Amino acid sequence: MTEKVDVVIVGAGLAGLGAAYHLAGAGVEVLVVERGDYPGSKNVTGGRLYLNPVRQHYPELLGGAAEAAAPFERAVVKERLTVLAESGGASLELHAPGFDGGHPHSVTLLRGVFDRWLAEKATERGALVVPGYKVDELVWDSDRIVGVTAAGDEVRADVVVAADGALSFIAERAGLRARHDPAHFALGIKEVIELPAKRIEDRFGLGPGEGLAALFFGGITHGMTGGGFLYTNQKSISIGIVIGMGAMLEHGPGFEASELLDEFKARPEVTQLVSEGIVVEYSAHAIPEAAIQAMPRLVTDGLIIVGDAAGLALNMGISVRGMDFALASGALAAQTILKARAEADYSARSLARYEAALRNSFVLRDQTTFAGMGSFLENPRLYELYPQTLLKLLVSLFTVDEGPKAGLWKTGMAALRDVPLSKALTDLWHMRRL
Amino acid sequence: MDESGEAVQLSLQEKLGRDVFKIDGEKTHIVIDHAVCRERCTLRPCLYVCPAKLYTLKPASDDIFVDYEGCLECGTCLIVCQEEALSWEYPRAGFGVQYRFG
Repeated sequence: MTEKVDVVIVGAGLAGLGAAYHLAGAGVEVLVVERGDYPGSKNVTGGRLYLNPVRQHYPELLGGAAEAAAPFERAVVKERLTVLAESGGASLELHAPGFDGGHPHSVTLLRGVFDRWLAEKATERGALVVPGYKVDELVWDSDRIVGVTAAGDEVRADVVVAADGALSFIAERAGLRARHDPAHFALGIKEVIELPAKRIEDRFGLGPGEGLAALFFGGITHGMTGGGFLYTNQKSISIGIVIGMGAMLEHGPGFEASELLDEFKARPEVTQLVSEGIVVEYSAHAIPEAAIQAMPRLVTDGLIIVGDAAGLALNMGISVRGMDFALASGALAAQTILKARAEADYSARSLARYEAALRNSFVLRDQTTFAGMGSFLENPRLYELYPQTLLKLLVSLFTVDEGPKAGLWKTGMAALRDVPLSKALTDLWHMRRL
Repeated sequence: MDESGEAVQLSLQEKLGRDVFKIDGEKTHIVIDHAVCRERCTLRPCLYVCPAKLYTLKPASDDIFVDYEGCLECGTCLIVCQEEALSWEYPRAGFGVQYRFG
């Protein structure tokens, strides 16, 4: 059976649904196919969404008063960074004007809830979202992509949007990406732990609707690139760990990825944050971490790639982003497709407007600005030597012994003795470029 | 919810038991080319990178076995398998893990 629609979108995640929302709003006949049982059923976030970058693209959904109706979990009012040494840890917590929950910078969310809501919004505008439908192949007309096949059916379209996530087999089939490179991906492992809302608010010092975002660095990754995260949801906590796949290969045997999250949760600094909760889900997902170095061509004749499929995620050390890029790239892809429709030209040359739009937006500008972050974060000193040194320094500063106490400067210098000066200077120099 | 909560650490089996899986009894979505593993792979990263620890050595042989039913669909095994011994695709529509929270 062959069907024809204007646009077929592979994957009902944020990028695909965002594109569908905009296209359907402009009267385009759009079909979103999703292999899971419902939108969000194959998706995982850490997770928080930074709202400032995406409000401009979704004013009716996320702008001004509209955002009150979105099914976010909590508005992030507290940011916490924790450095964990082999034993012991030190935290820094930010409370500041602007982080007051009224007009939040960022919100926590769960994809099983949020993606379904976004699908409803796209459907209300006329998009057809069909779950339980897995795309097998692309349909070609000589070297132009003209549709997809799924379960023996063929769906033809003027343009195919590959919104099929971090592993994007569509991008690979379209010849836009080579085999996955472990250096360009991280593994995220997460648990959702239920706790009553009041218990969460008391534990983290939050008011109703207020949330905390916490990142953890140091002695929880066996020296590998990565870290831990914790986000408070309305009635649960999302806790997880992210590890570079390239780093896991380099490390070799001697650890189990399936035990990393347990090891993190077993840290006394962390155990108390999730105690008395009930684990209701265990999940894992690949995260693109290549930034701009591994960015594939994002268009070809009849096809456009968005979101994680396009590698649009960014680990900026203290902020980890992806969903804002996904939503923005979906909106920009839709704009490009609307222009292509006006000219009835779906060639790579016409669709290349999308790449230009990304380059002019925060999406690729941020990717470019933070392109050095990946290699900076690969430095093992960040996960072992520096956390241990910081802990030693703080412990000696905060300790009062029976004898006379050395001056602060002398105490500090003694704690820093283990850090080779030349390495520290190299790392500092590297930081300049971040 | 039980107000007393539960122990923080669950076994991996217990954790996977909290997930919703729709198991495809007819078709595995991960196939291992054992000849490639035997001839070319020394590191065997699949044995330690899987967050569900689905890859194990078969007793009494040196072949790797995968229990695809508990797959979380992250694709880590596929990405780290430098020898390309895996043919890995997403489970058929309607099957595999169905995240309720995500």
